Amino acid sequence: MVPNSEVRLFGMWASPAVWRVEWALKMKGIEFEYIEEDVSDKSSSLLMYNPINKQVPVLVHNGKPIVESLVILEYIDETWNDKPILPVDSYERAKARFWATFVDVKCREAARKSFFGEGEERENGIENLEIQLKALDEELEGKKFFAGNSIGYTDLVVGWMAFWLGVAEEAGDFKAVNSSKFPFFTAWIENFLQDPLIKNNLPPRDKTVEFFRLFRQAGSCAKANVK
Amino acid sequence: MEAEEMELFGIWSSPYVLRVIWALNIKKIKYKYIEEDLNNKSNLLLHYNPVYKKVPVLVYKGKPICESMIIVEFIEETWKNDSIFPKDPYEKAKARFLAKFVEDKLSPPMWRFFTTKGKDQEEAYESFTDYLAILERELEGKEFFGGENIGFVDILLGCMSYVVPIYEEITDFEIITKEKFPLLHAWMQAFLSSDIVRDNLPPRDELLYRYRKIREAFLSKDN
Repeated sequence: MVPNSEVRLFGMWASPAVWRVEWALKMKGIEFEYIEEDVSDKSSSLLMYNPINKQVPVLVHNGKPIVESLVILEYIDETWNDKPILPVDSYERAKARFWATFVDVKCREAARKSFFGEGEERENGIENLEIQLKALDEELEGKKFFAGNSIGYTDLVVGWMAFWLGVAEEAGDFKAVNSSKFPFFTAWIENFLQDPLIKNNLPPRDKTVEFFRLFRQAGSCAKANVK
Repeated sequence: MEAEEMELFGIWSSPYVLRVIWALNIKKIKYKYIEEDLNNKSNLLLHYNPVYKKVPVLVYKGKPICESMIIVEFIEETWKNDSIFPKDPYEKAKARFLAKFVEDKLSPPMWRFFTTKGKDQEEAYESFTDYLAILERELEGKEFFGGENIGFVDILLGCMSYVVPIYEEITDFEIITKEKFPLLHAWMQAFLSSDIVRDNLPPRDELLYRYRKIREAFLSKDN
């Protein structure tokens, strides 16, 4: 445990990037103060701590800010050494980071197109998502979680796909996750959402679906205004 | 370690491959280099990187690692000499953040600047010069982003040191000058002349030719 440690987390209730930091903090048993931000009216503290991106999550440890959820996860793991989130072996760490960037860059982009896009853009998004889900499905064969028998770094990072992808599918009226095409991934979703760490640490589903529905409408209006 | 234990699949012109070469040089690691033809990818490359099918791929004792910055982190964590990252977790987090900032925020408008003209080019220029100012502030009191020695952010940003002069020559635009960005300008010179980098740069004439063709292709698409 890090003595005399003051940990604050600036977040927003619906954001998957914020939740993955909360999961990491709770996995390590780190006490923290949570501050809910209104992203339409950002606090002066948030803007001071994250002047470049002006986004949540921001972790403030003993007054020093760390931003970007993947950077925060690595910082948490390095600062509080017990109950490691990342594997110990450097090759396994490279693999974990590989899947993390795959999911956060490629899958997120495909999900964004499937959710906000129309016509050909949407079809392209869904098609890409299915190819990506196949890769994740193959990676999970023979494993309960990406990290093995218990949740680890990759699971925390892919975690948005266990909950928020389903929310996006419902709010955006599309379907990519398919239990017969991706049996291992579907089983992983179930295992992940049932894990005691995650089960009690998710936003309310109905409220999140509604939030995403409005978010999608706002996106369409913005596009219409640009045209 | 024998060079055969470490193989690097790459192409001569890729800045991503160079990042790995610079990291291997910092750690004084011997390796075998395999030049790929991206129009005719080898079976080995496709086997080692089935998800992206891209270079660079580092293969250590038969195990592949993909994605340039993940490879650099792997090299850092496996060989303990000559650190690439700061030891302090907070300073390390700052380096990781700056690296992400360069990839996500700086690179896209720089590419847009190079592949457009007129108003689009001007807007792209305005965007990335704001970001260059952030990097300029980061260099205050330091020769490299890593301090006295080349570190993670220097490696990530490093290709800018040889690509920016090429952009400047082709577009006839001044981007990083001694007057506008004195620290970045000095950093570029220090980086290019360092032992790690000096003998590991792509041939300038060939790069110039290649980039000219790229810009022509993009501009003719718009017409």
